[in-house]
Order: sequence, then structure tokens, then C-alpha cells
Amino acid sequence: MLDGILQGLSTAVSPVNLLMVFVGCFAGTFIGMLPGLGPISAIALMIPITYGFDPSTGMILMAGVYYGAIFGGSTSSILINAPGVAGTVATSFDGYPLAKQGHAGKALAIAAYSSFSGGTIAAIFLLIAAPALASVSLSFQSADYFALMVLGLTAVSAFAGKGKFLIAVLMTLLGLMLSTIGIDETAGLQRFTFGSLDLMDGISFLLLAMATFALSEALMVILKPAARSKEAEEATRGKLGSMKVTKDEIKDIAPVVARSSVLGFFIGVLPGAGATIASFLAYGMERNFASAKEKLKFGKGSLRGLAAPETANNAACSGSFVPLLTLGIPGSGTTAVMLGALISYGVQPGPRLFVENPAVFWSVIISMYIGNIILLVLNLPLIPYIARLLALPKQLLTPLILFFSLVGVYLVSNNTFDIHIMVFVAAIAIFFRLIDFPLAPMLLGFILGGMMEENLRRALNINNGELSFLWERPITAGILAITLLILLAPLVKNIRDLRNQKASTANDGEG
Amino acid sequence: MFGKKSKISRRFMLSAAAAVISLGAALPVSTLSAAEVEQIHFLIPGGAGGGWDGTARGVGEALTKSGLLGSASYENMSGGGGGKAIAHLIETAERQGDTLMVNSTPIVIRSLTKVFPQSFRDLTSVAGVIGDYAAFAVAADSKYQSFTEVVADFKADPNSVKIGGGSTRGSMDHLVAAQAFKAAGGDPNAVKYIAYDAGGKAMAGLLSGETTILSTGLSEALELERSGQIRILGMTGQNRISDAPDVPTLAEQGIDSVFVNWRGFFAAPGTSPEKVKIYTDMLEKMYETADWETVRSRNGWVEFYRPGTEFTTFLEEQEGIIGNLMKELGFL
Repeated sequence: MLDGILQGLSTAVSPVNLLMVFVGCFAGTFIGMLPGLGPISAIALMIPITYGFDPSTGMILMAGVYYGAIFGGSTSSILINAPGVAGTVATSFDGYPLAKQGHAGKALAIAAYSSFSGGTIAAIFLLIAAPALASVSLSFQSADYFALMVLGLTAVSAFAGKGKFLIAVLMTLLGLMLSTIGIDETAGLQRFTFGSLDLMDGISFLLLAMATFALSEALMVILKPAARSKEAEEATRGKLGSMKVTKDEIKDIAPVVARSSVLGFFIGVLPGAGATIASFLAYGMERNFASAKEKLKFGKGSLRGLAAPETANNAACSGSFVPLLTLGIPGSGTTAVMLGALISYGVQPGPRLFVENPAVFWSVIISMYIGNIILLVLNLPLIPYIARLLALPKQLLTPLILFFSLVGVYLVSNNTFDIHIMVFVAAIAIFFRLIDFPLAPMLLGFILGGMMEENLRRALNINNGELSFLWERPITAGILAITLLILLAPLVKNIRDLRNQKASTANDGEG
Repeated sequence: MFGKKSKISRRFMLSAAAAVISLGAALPVSTLSAAEVEQIHFLIPGGAGGGWDGTARGVGEALTKSGLLGSASYENMSGGGGGKAIAHLIETAERQGDTLMVNSTPIVIRSLTKVFPQSFRDLTSVAGVIGDYAAFAVAADSKYQSFTEVVADFKADPNSVKIGGGSTRGSMDHLVAAQAFKAAGGDPNAVKYIAYDAGGKAMAGLLSGETTILSTGLSEALELERSGQIRILGMTGQNRISDAPDVPTLAEQGIDSVFVNWRGFFAAPGTSPEKVKIYTDMLEKMYETADWETVRSRNGWVEFYRPGTEFTTFLEEQEGIIGNLMKELGFL
């Protein structure tokens, strides 16, 4: 194995491959920044260029684009609340409020540091244990994935501010309902399509995210112009580009990054999960770990709430190379395209890849370290300039956001029907904003809902309609137990607080 | 290539990759030599990077590079499981004189299930070009060595055999499995089909022990067998194929179940037989060229040439077989 690693190292640091890491990361960052153009289309576009390359070189380039895009994807989430990739939805929860408060530079810097740490820590795990982790990828069955999605849904509680729990649950349910539109996987029947061909494939994530987040946010600016004094605005503008992160803040974030890297990596290793679930789980986990005071900040600009999903989605991205390289199983559309490329190079991914093709296997992993450093060096100096985008006058920024979100969605489907739906959804989203209903739980329910339903129904089908797998499979039962604990912990605490209060008032009465 | 999320099925993505590879080379190339056909506009009912996309761009590349075709242009029009493009081709038929739409077995299944109101009869069938057989595989450490052993267990307890596939219930992977068990004397209605939203996930399901057997395309199964993780128990060809001489057919195991997933081209309704003849002559010559061999071997395609009326007859036959099976399974 050491021989292989050394061989991979020498391949990875050859001038051509170093250049490719750079090109991949550079292209990936910009592609990730533009909402709508995700890593999948970017890599698909790369393939004709890489055709004829050495397999290692091609893979290094594509991997660079992949994690580069995830790295850059946080930018549009933070700056204009437009998560172009599902994996960066959770980033916008706290990243966008931070930017609105005038800390765009800081938020982008923390996102960059977190992405870097997540990517690098995950690459270390890959180097140490990639071949051994193949069995972990296969230990999860549909029942376990179902439990994982349920656990992911507990992140909803982050949006259930005081007395708003029912509203958050309501919005989650709305998201779950939206996810049922289209052809249902298990039975092959159409649901809620009203006979329309355009609804058969369901509503796309990108459409919903752009309409509810970016589009409605931009339109709200017109409806409810913020009554801020000129001086205050000037002051914020000056701060926008500042990337200063204090020592205390770093101390605060470091454990979050460590935990989220581990979690993100392992979720990424599972072929049925991925960056999106990883980011939600990390976000939910950090909120549950946080102190009561810190908890209140989640969703309103918490640095921890920003660091956790950003770390986890990058770690998961590296983790997804485990099933891809060691089993030949792609966990996402992006890795599926890369698998296709590998096979067309004549490289067969699978348990023997690191024995038969050590140069390809190890050089890709080693290039990830180099890539993450390049990404950091590339991104940090750009942040002050990118952050200043927000300093654009509203009458320029708003139409820009509208343009990018509409065009981004249209370019993916080439279907004008999507634009109609988008405007319709945005109108409803504005209504929800006006009555102060949170939209994030809806998107969460939508993303997790589809996978949750599919996995539950598959598990039921496999177990002949019996629910016993919920407690008979150790992994399923374990994850569900954690979920219950998370849900019940605040309740128990409340009851205890209440009792203490009663006891103390009773004592007061006696005294 | 089926169902709503098949957009990311692995098979699809494999061809996706291949498709994009050809993308670079498939830009309109005008040759000065007299080409058979001046220009073709390929209408692709799915997004860039799909199986249909790969076929159209691959064939376009071989045709233009070999000089048989002057220039090729491509248009992706996804939506409604391909229905949008079909409706478009019919509505604008008089303007579509140079258009060829790529399609495959789903056009038969989806018009049967009334996903879209039209069928291949509303178009002009030009030719079937390539095909892929279906295959059944088990994990390498499975107890099953032949498909007949699986059938025996299925007959004893249908619930003990769980068949996974990367597409929805009622789509090709499911139907092919039901047809095979029916041909073996089992009850197709008892087939326990476990649907995954992508081929990769169906494969993970097989290896994690969640399903017993995987129903998929032969070309994809061969890739996975090469990595040593699965064993192919049978495929639905009439005879063994030269690319995989060790893979037995179902027929030789006493199960009369033959199926091929074809891909081919259709022209607008009302296209004259003379024009179809020009297209089929051109395709026939394409098979002999080195440029086609490059594209074919790169994608691992199997030739499946059915020109003109022969293609129509084949489609009618396939429609009859699939239709009967779907009726029996309660899908129609």
C-alpha cells in the first residue's frame, strides 16, 4: 500500500497534474458560484476536454471541479440567499443573515476556512482508510437510510423559534407534500400531476430553492424597503469586505469543524446519502450541542451554524469517493458522471482498483490535499471583492438576482413551464414571508421527504410490509433512538424547569 | 432511462459520459465531398448527458466524420418522459423535414401506460440502431450459480427472491424480470420488485444484501462483473454474444424469455418512404466505417439494425408482448 501511495504522490505532483488541480479548482469555484450551474453540468462539460488524457490527470481535473464547485457553492448562498446546489442550502441558513448584518466578508472567510478543513480532514481519512471503508458503504440498507432522513428532519427545530414550533412543522409538512408531485418510484404511478407532462418529473430542487429563497427574497426588498439610515448603510458597506475572524471565534468554531468533518465524511461514504444530508445533519447536531444561549442564534447568523454545514458538505464530497473508487458505485449524479469517465478511460473502479491502478487511486486522493490548499489560496484574496457585490445599489442588485435565478433554472431544463411555476412559487413564498412563516423547513422537508418516503417504502416492501425493521435492525434502531433523544431532551428539560419553578414558588409560599 | 429520477440512473450516466465525450467532436463538421445527406437535426427528448443524448450525438459524430452526413445539429427537449419532444415533432411536422428524433423501448411502454397520448405509430419509424440485452446478476458471494436455482426458490416462496432495479415499478427492469419468471413457469404477479432511483443505488442494495438479484442492462452488468463484485446469471439475448462469451442466456437455461432494449430514430409523421430509404441507406453504410467502430466500442454498444418497415414490425411485436405482460401485471 505504501508503494502505491508513493506512486500516487509522484503522479499527483507531476507538473501536468498540478496544473490540472489548479485548473479544476479554479473552474469549479466559479461554476459553483453561479446558481444553477452545478458540478454535474460542469464535469459533463469537462469530459470532452479530458478525453485522451491519462486517467489520473482526467480524474484529478474532474475531482477538482467537483470539490471546487462545492467550495464555491457557498458564495451565492451567503451573498444572495441562492443555494444553487442542495448541499449548500444549510449554509444559507446562517450565512445569509450574517451577510445581511454586514458581515459578508467574515461569513465568506469562515465558509472558506471550514470548507478547507472539512476537505482536508476528509482527505486524510481517505488516505488512511479508503479501501477498508468500502464495507461501511455497504452496511447501510434502506431502513437505515430512512432513519437517517428522520434524524435529518430534526434540524427543523432550529427554525422553531419561540412558540413557532407548530408553524415550522406545518411548513415541513408542506415541503413533504411538494416532494410527492410526479411519478412515484415505488408504484410507478403519477401523483398530483393533473395530467400535465411538465409535472411528471416532479418539481426540481433548484426551482424550489431559487423561487423560495432567492427570488422571493429579492422581491421582498421591493415590497418592504428596509428603513435604514444612510449612515448605517455606509457603515455596513465598509465592513462588508472585512474578513476579520477573532481568536475567540476560531476557538468557538474549531470543535464544530472537527465534529462536522467526521460526520460529513461518514455520511459521504454512504452511497444513499451525500453532501446535502451531511450538511443538514451537521447543522442539526451543532444546534443540539449548543448551549441554550447559542441555540437562539441559529438561523440568525450563528458562526457555528455556518461552519457546520460548510465543513460537512465538503467532507462528504471527499467521502463520496470511497464508494466510487472502491466499489464502482456512484452515490450522486456527479460521481456517476465521473464513473462513466473512468470506465471510458479503461479503468475499472472496484475493490481491486487500488491494487491494479494504484497511481490513479492514490493520486486522486493526494491531489485533494493540494486542491484544498489551492482553493483556500485562490478564494481568500477574492473575498473582499466578491463581498462588495452586496454594496451594489439595490436597483441593480435586485434585477441581477432575478435574472440569474430565472436563467439558472431555465438553462437546466430548457422548459418555459419551469419559469411559470417558479414565479407562482415565489408569489406564495412572498405571502409566507409577509405572515412570517419560515421557508427553510419547507425546503428541508422537500429535500429529505422524497428520499425518506422512497427508503421507507422500499424497506417495507423488502420486509413484506412489516414495520419490525424499525427496532430489529441495530443501525435503524440506533439512529431512531438518537432522534427520539434529541426530540425529547428539550421536553424533559422544560418539565424539570417547570417543576423547579413550581418547587421554588411553593417554597416561597411557605416561607 | 425510465421513471422520474432515472435521469441519474447509472446506466444513463455511463452513456452520459460517453455522450459528452462525443459532444466535442460532434460539432457541425462540413465536408466538401458529396455527402449522402446534407444535414440532419437530431431531436433528443432528454437532457444533455443522457442515454438518448449519447446515442444521437454518437451516431451524429460517426456520420459526419465519415462524410456520410454534411452537418448535424442537436436539440435537447426534455419533459414528460419524452412526451414533450414527441408532441413537438408532430405539431411542427411540416417544418421538421430534416429532423430525426432518437428514442428507445420506453416509447413503447410509456404510450401503453398513457404517459403521453401518442405512440410510435404517430411518427415515421426510420430505424433501430443499437440495442442492449437485459441481465440478471447476484452478488459474488451469493449461493446462486444459475438462474434456474433462483427460479426454484421463487416458486417455493416468491417473497424470498427480492429483485432490485434502478427504475420505477412497471418500467423496463421490472417488466423484464416479470417476463423471465413467467417464462420459467412462475407467477409474474408474485415478483417482488424493489425500485431504486438510480442504477448505482440498486447495485449498492444488491451488495448490502438487501436484494437477492439485480435486474439491469447487460452492458452495465458486465462492467460490474469485471470488478469482481457480481456474477451474471443470465441475459435475455437469443444467443451468447462475442463480447461476453461466458454469460449464459436464459434460453439455454430452458427459459424462453428474449428481450432487447433498442435505441433508434424516428422522423416526423408523413415523411415519405423515399426519404426513409435515404436515411436507412446512410445508416447501413455507417456500420461499415471506422468512425462508427470508434464510437461503438467507446460506448460498448451492440449493433441492432432494423430499417424502415422491419423496425415498425419489430415495434408492433414488442408492443404486443409488453402490453400483454403489463395487462397481466395490472398496469393496464
